[in-house]
Amino acid sequence: MCRMFLCLSLTLLLSGCAGGQWGWYVVDPTTESGARNLSFLLSGAYYTIFLSVTAISISVVVGLAIALPGLSSRRPLRWLNRTYVEIVRAVPILVLILWVYYGLPQVAGLAISVFWAGVIALALSDSAFQAEIFRAGIQSIDKGQYEASHSISLNYADTMRFVILPQAIRRILPALGNQFVYMLKMSSLVSVIGMQELTRKANELVVSEYRPLEIYSVLVLEYLVLILIVSAGVRWLERRMSADENR
Amino acid sequence: MTAAKGGPIIRMTEVDKTFGTFQALKSVSLEVATGERVVVCGPSGSGKSTLIRCINGLEHHDGGSIHVDGIELSPNETAMNAIRARVGMVFQQFNLFPHLTVMQNLTLGPVRARKLSQKDADDLARHYLERVRIPDQADKYPRHLSGGQQQRVAIARSLCMQPRILLFDEPTSALDPEMINEVLDVMTELAESGMTMICVTHEMGFARKVADKMVFMDHGDIVETGSPETFFTAPESRRCRDFLQKILHH
Repeated sequence: MCRMFLCLSLTLLLSGCAGGQWGWYVVDPTTESGARNLSFLLSGAYYTIFLSVTAISISVVVGLAIALPGLSSRRPLRWLNRTYVEIVRAVPILVLILWVYYGLPQVAGLAISVFWAGVIALALSDSAFQAEIFRAGIQSIDKGQYEASHSISLNYADTMRFVILPQAIRRILPALGNQFVYMLKMSSLVSVIGMQELTRKANELVVSEYRPLEIYSVLVLEYLVLILIVSAGVRWLERRMSADENR
Repeated sequence: MTAAKGGPIIRMTEVDKTFGTFQALKSVSLEVATGERVVVCGPSGSGKSTLIRCINGLEHHDGGSIHVDGIELSPNETAMNAIRARVGMVFQQFNLFPHLTVMQNLTLGPVRARKLSQKDADDLARHYLERVRIPDQADKYPRHLSGGQQQRVAIARSLCMQPRILLFDEPTSALDPEMINEVLDVMTELAESGMTMICVTHEMGFARKVADKMVFMDHGDIVETGSPETFFTAPESRRCRDFLQKILHH
C-alpha cells in the first residue's frame, strides 16, 4: 500500500517537472506563495477529520440503537427498524445535507451551524448502514450463546453487553472500518454548504489560482493519506483483538 | 442411592408444546422429587430436549402447567427470573462464551445476576473448578481446552449459580468417545452429592449407576417411567423394549 502511494506521488511529481501542462509552483513549499497555498489546503484536514469522527461516533451509537429493535420478536419494534432503515437509506447524502442545512431550521425554528448540519446529515445517513451491519453481526452469533446467558440468569442488557456484542463487534470490525473510510470520503460533500474542510479549501484555492489539476491532485493525495491511516488503524485493531483471543 | 428424597420440586401437568404443526409434547406429566436423579431417554425427535427446555423457560409451553419449587412458570418476568435462578442447564454444545476466559465464564453470572463481589465470585469459581478437576485451566480460553474439559467448565459455570436443579441436555453427545467418561464421572459425583438432576442422555451405564427414575419418551409422550432395575430388566412397553434393544446391543 505504502509503496503504491509513493509510486503514484512520484509519477505525478515527475510528470509535473517534465510536461508543459503541470504547474506545481502553486503548491511548491520552497516558495513563499506555494507554502502558503499548501498550508491553506492542509488546514481543511482538521474539519474533515473532526467532522468524520464526530459523525461516525454518533452513527455507531444510533445504528446500534436502531439495530436492536430489529432483532426483537415483537413485530411493531421490527417494523420501526425497517421503516427507519428503508427511508434513511433511500435519501442521497447530498440531498440529506441540503435538507438538514436549509430545510430543518425552518421546521425546528433554530439555525444549525454548518458543522452540525454536516454531522447530523452524515450520521443520519450512515446510521442506517450501521444498523444493518450490527444486525448482521448480532444475528451471526449462535443461539446457544443466548440460551447459556438465559440459563445463568443474565438479563437482556447484560447478555448484550457482556456476551453478544463483544463477539459481534469483533466480527463486524472490518465492515465498521469500511464505513469509516466511506464517511471520510462523503464528508467532502459537506463543502457544498460551505464547510471549510479539505474539498472546500481546494475549491476556493482553484478559484483564486486557476490551477485545478495540481490543486485537485493534492486533494486526492490528502484523502488517500487519511484513508491509508484509517485502514492501517483498523488492521491494527483487528490484529490486536485476534491476538487477545489467541493468548 | 441412599440420599433422602423430599417432596416434588418439579411438577409438570399435562404440558403441551407445538412447533408450527409439529406437536413436540403431548400432554406430558412428570414429577421430580428434591434430590431425585431422573434420566430421560428415547429416540431422536421424541421430545426429550423440549421437555427439559420447557423447565427453565428456554421454550414456552402452550398448555398445561409447570411448577418449579412451588412457583408456576409463566412468561411473566418475575416468575421466570425466580425459576432461572433455581435451575441450571448444561448443553450438548457446551455454549461457553468463547471471548471470555474460563474464569470470566464462571464469574459473569454470579457477579452480574447474583450481585456477588468479584472476589467472592472468583473464590466460588475456583471452588467449582476444583470440583470438576480443572483448577489449572482458569486463565485459558475455551478454545484451548478439550471437549471434555469444556463441558466440565460448562458444568462448573452452572454450579456457580448454585442452582437447586441441574438439567443436562445430552451432555456427552458432542464429545469424542475418550472424553465421555471424564464428564460422566463429574456428573456421577454431583448425583452422589444430592443435587436434583434431570439428564437427557443415551449413556445407559451412567443411567444404571445414578438414576432413581428412568423416563422413556417417544413421539412427544412419556411412554414409560420406572426404577432403573425394572426399566432395564423388564420394560413394560414394546416401544421401550425395541429402543433398549437398539441402543444396548450393537
